[in-house]
Amino acid sequence: MNTEERFSRQRLFHGIGWEGQERLQEAHVIMVGAGALGSLTAETLVRAGVGKLTLIDRDYVEESNLQRQQLYTEADAEACTPKAEAAKKRLLDIRSDASIEIIVGEADPALLENCMPADLIIDGLDNMETRLMINDTALKHQIPWIYGACVGAYGLSYTVRPGQGPCLRCLMKGIPMEGETCDTVGIIAPAVQFVSATQVTEAMKLLTHSFEQLRGTLWSFDVWSNESSSIYVDSLQDKDCPSCGESPAYPALAWSGRSKAETLCGRDAVQVKPLPDMQVSLEQTADVHKQHLSKANQHLLVLNIENKRLVLFKDGRAIIHGVSGEVEARSLYQRYIGG
Amino acid sequence: MQITLNGQLQNIENSQTVADLLEELQIAHKKTVVERNGTIVIEEFHQQEGLMDGDRIEIIHFVGGG
Ligand SMILES: [Zn+2]
Repeated sequence: MNTEERFSRQRLFHGIGWEGQERLQEAHVIMVGAGALGSLTAETLVRAGVGKLTLIDRDYVEESNLQRQQLYTEADAEACTPKAEAAKKRLLDIRSDASIEIIVGEADPALLENCMPADLIIDGLDNMETRLMINDTALKHQIPWIYGACVGAYGLSYTVRPGQGPCLRCLMKGIPMEGETCDTVGIIAPAVQFVSATQVTEAMKLLTHSFEQLRGTLWSFDVWSNESSSIYVDSLQDKDCPSCGESPAYPALAWSGRSKAETLCGRDAVQVKPLPDMQVSLEQTADVHKQHLSKANQHLLVLNIENKRLVLFKDGRAIIHGVSGEVEARSLYQRYIGG
Repeated sequence: MQITLNGQLQNIENSQTVADLLEELQIAHKKTVVERNGTIVIEEFHQQEGLMDGDRIEIIHFVGGG
């Protein structure tokens, strides 16, 4: 493939040019989450020629993803392919010489540390707790990160730059983490596309060093009600912020990951994690529970137990569908996997 | 009273303060950033910050989905 042709339209664009394109092609971007936002943003960045992309995701493809998670196909849903793996395959179809690193697992401080050095982290997560960990990781490494989230027809985004304005913790001071609730209002694809477009544009500006073009505001919109808002939030910067203040402690880096059992927003499912010292073998589990085994691939296996579905990953996590809550999920996990 | 909320003219029936408005918009339980006529109103002042006819209000609430 002739790269001169391939990126010619982007080079012609006044904001990028030859120099900007070269910078994009030298950049390493970490994309956390490969759901709706993550798959879309990953595709646009790979098409734009970004040098290296690391894609982290803990989930697998399901039929209900296909309406908006545009890298995935019916075959992926049928096979329960992990999202990161399905994304990589499709991204390499789009650009065969792209450098794509994938991690099927949950983003925690140690895992992110292993992905460094990087120029930028982009957020495609589904919860605030992990975002605060991304916030601290980026600030500790003195690299920017781009928050993005959406629900219904609504979305918002904010670019965090070390030493340039408030961080996410400053903006969300005192958020009741335990009070974080799932939105059950559905979502339409254009809301995702709006947020992703904003995140990718900010990423391009950062990576090409077009800093004066950065938006510099907290920004939101509703594509259905046609409202939009853009707020200068510099006054919310807290000089005592434990993440970006004068003597940062990065509290979210002491975090050992999401809790042992967690209801997954919008998924009608519970994720259960193994005990720290527990070894889980997919082969052994498949063997012991042959009569329940419905699917298996190199990353996961699917057990159908009565009217419940247990998806066990290589790292020992399980996503369990059809249970009434976290207690039942945990007990099913203990009975069939161990711990 | 009539205010401009996130760029759109809106009639507000039951809200005297920023806190009331967040309640009326059903986002009082969410983390928000609120601006009234170009100045951010921090959370501690939502109860006492009164609204007036013709106000320009910007409200952004945080969500978690992606
Ligand atoms: Zn901060």
